[in-house]
Amino acid sequence: MSKELIRLRDCVMSYGDEVVLDHINLYINDKEFLTLLGPSGCGKTTTLRIIGGFLLPTAGDVLFDGVRINDVPPHQRTVNTVFQRYALFPHLNVFENVAFGLRIPKADSSGRKAKLPERVIHDRVMEMLETVNLKGFEKRPVSALSGGQQQRVAIARALVNRPRVLLLDEPLGALDMRLRKDMQNELKRIQQEMEITFIYVTHDQEEALAMSDTVVVMDGGRIQQIGTPEDIYNEPQNAFVADFIGESNIIDGIMRSDGVVEIFNRKFQCLDKGFAKDEPVDVVIRPEDVDIVDEAAGQLKGTVTSVTFKGVHYDTIVDFYGFKWLIQTTDYCPVDSRIGIKIDPDGIHVMKKSQYSGLFGDYSSYSEEYEELDVVEDESGDGEESGSREGGHEE
Amino acid sequence: MRSKRGWFAFPYVIWMALFVVVPIIIMAVYAFTAADPATGAAQATLGNFTGMGLYLSVFLRSFWLAVLATLVCLLIGYPVSYWMAKEGPRFQRLAMALIMLPMWMNFLLRTYSWMSILENNGLLNQLFRAAGLLDLLGVDHLQMIGTPGAVVLGMVYNYLPFMILPIYSVIVKLDGSLVEAARDLGADGVRVFRKVIFPLSLPGILSGVTMVFVPSVSTFAISNLLGGGNQMMLGDLIELQFLGGAYNPHLGAAISMVMMVIVVVCMVVMNHFGEGEEQAVML
Repeated sequence: MSKELIRLRDCVMSYGDEVVLDHINLYINDKEFLTLLGPSGCGKTTTLRIIGGFLLPTAGDVLFDGVRINDVPPHQRTVNTVFQRYALFPHLNVFENVAFGLRIPKADSSGRKAKLPERVIHDRVMEMLETVNLKGFEKRPVSALSGGQQQRVAIARALVNRPRVLLLDEPLGALDMRLRKDMQNELKRIQQEMEITFIYVTHDQEEALAMSDTVVVMDGGRIQQIGTPEDIYNEPQNAFVADFIGESNIIDGIMRSDGVVEIFNRKFQCLDKGFAKDEPVDVVIRPEDVDIVDEAAGQLKGTVTSVTFKGVHYDTIVDFYGFKWLIQTTDYCPVDSRIGIKIDPDGIHVMKKSQYSGLFGDYSSYSEEYEELDVVEDESGDGEESGSREGGHEE
Repeated sequence: MRSKRGWFAFPYVIWMALFVVVPIIIMAVYAFTAADPATGAAQATLGNFTGMGLYLSVFLRSFWLAVLATLVCLLIGYPVSYWMAKEGPRFQRLAMALIMLPMWMNFLLRTYSWMSILENNGLLNQLFRAAGLLDLLGVDHLQMIGTPGAVVLGMVYNYLPFMILPIYSVIVKLDGSLVEAARDLGADGVRVFRKVIFPLSLPGILSGVTMVFVPSVSTFAISNLLGGGNQMMLGDLIELQFLGGAYNPHLGAAISMVMMVIVVVCMVVMNHFGEGEEQAVML
């Protein structure tokens, strides 16, 4: 698990004046499930294509097992890709699609090119089709398959070559919600069974959190944070990550001393240390970390402006001194009621100011957004909404 | 609604009936009859067909030259199409215009131009003479006009665009991610072409081959002008029966029918081969 397999060293990708990747430094461990997560245009697919060999970085090195592979063409890399739109060969049936890579003579250790015997090809293809639950489909033309089945063929076609690394470029993007959940579990199972490194590109934060060992959050061609899903969610490094991953209230604060942060002129206990005295900071408070209490007992007092029933909890929007917070609670508070809130020290996350500070507004427009998105799956709504909110500061 | 809309097709149906179906019937009637030498009245006979063996050499030459022309068109056309499709859109537009340019000139004019190029005293021979090539070979001129090669050249020149266009339009629409996928799976450039690009461009090749072969096999002006009368093809033979000295419309109709049947059979066979590919492209 801990052995390093791929390293990107100072990778830059630019087209003329446009910088798509800005000094990416990243290492990927063997047998790891790593996700490149970010809004569209953040450089995640570019990073994947550099690893796959389809793009040559403008500057920087790509190392595989310690060897520089910048100039190794894709067909000589022990990396296989599952493409966004599957890219199955329409003139071949399921079996031949999966067998495509196996039929190519490979140089063995002595450098001689040898073809695999037909029987070996047959066995390996059938075994792989069984792994992806497509047994009995081998004679079908790929055009006769559903989206989910085509996706499985694409995965089988890549994995049958036993690559060291599988690259997946938003492979579930074209599938419906239900199928996507199933395929998430299946991909995770395959990855663990076959013990292959997966590098997964997605803009869906939930997908990333659910599947990955490591998440790399990207924006504007830069890596914003690398960490486990828990790290990324619980300890976002800046306002962008906090906003992109899940819901967060991002408030201006001032660090008065170690463990004490001031929000709205009130001091709160927190766990963060090491900031300069009176340093302005961004404070992230997750909606589920807020307890609603009586107005008198609250650290902050505000007015409820909207309540939406979400099944497990209520999305409650509360106005504190003109700044609207999202609070997720199982307690029902009627609109216009006055409430107080308490926040435990571990519910307060202090971040250094960054280029993203102040870009993410409060939740004043939240309820209307929900109404618009009511018909749509709200998961996908989330991702896109964050994407568009962030779109403004790319220039 | 459906039947009402059907009326819009009516002018076309009438057109087809008048100018396609009726002429074919007339042709069939002619083909299966002959003029009685004594009275000149038409009477039913199969003689037109049984006597056709006389012209076997013309049939063979027609098919041989048409196959040759189609092959040359394919060998020239495929690389050109492939190359065009890989270039930028501006280049593609320019190349397309250049390929179409000769088509805007009259077909006969183009063929006459080739005559003056290939003649014994034509442009090419003059050029060779000026370059001293003819003296070197010890000949007065190179015989180009009147050879099968000249006829094939004329057909290739005239029909090449019909090969390039369908192949080009298939290749240009080919999904680039398929090429990437093949590379990703370990295929080098040659293999990507052999296993992905070529099989997927087969529908274009099939329609290109059809569009070149059919007019080639029935051509008459080209073989007449560039073949110098030595390279008679089916088209010339038929023309001769209607307009020429060998006036015999019954025989001409019979030959036309045989040719039509052969062409239809060729196309059916080719479409049969192409069926799977056709579906593949629709995906």
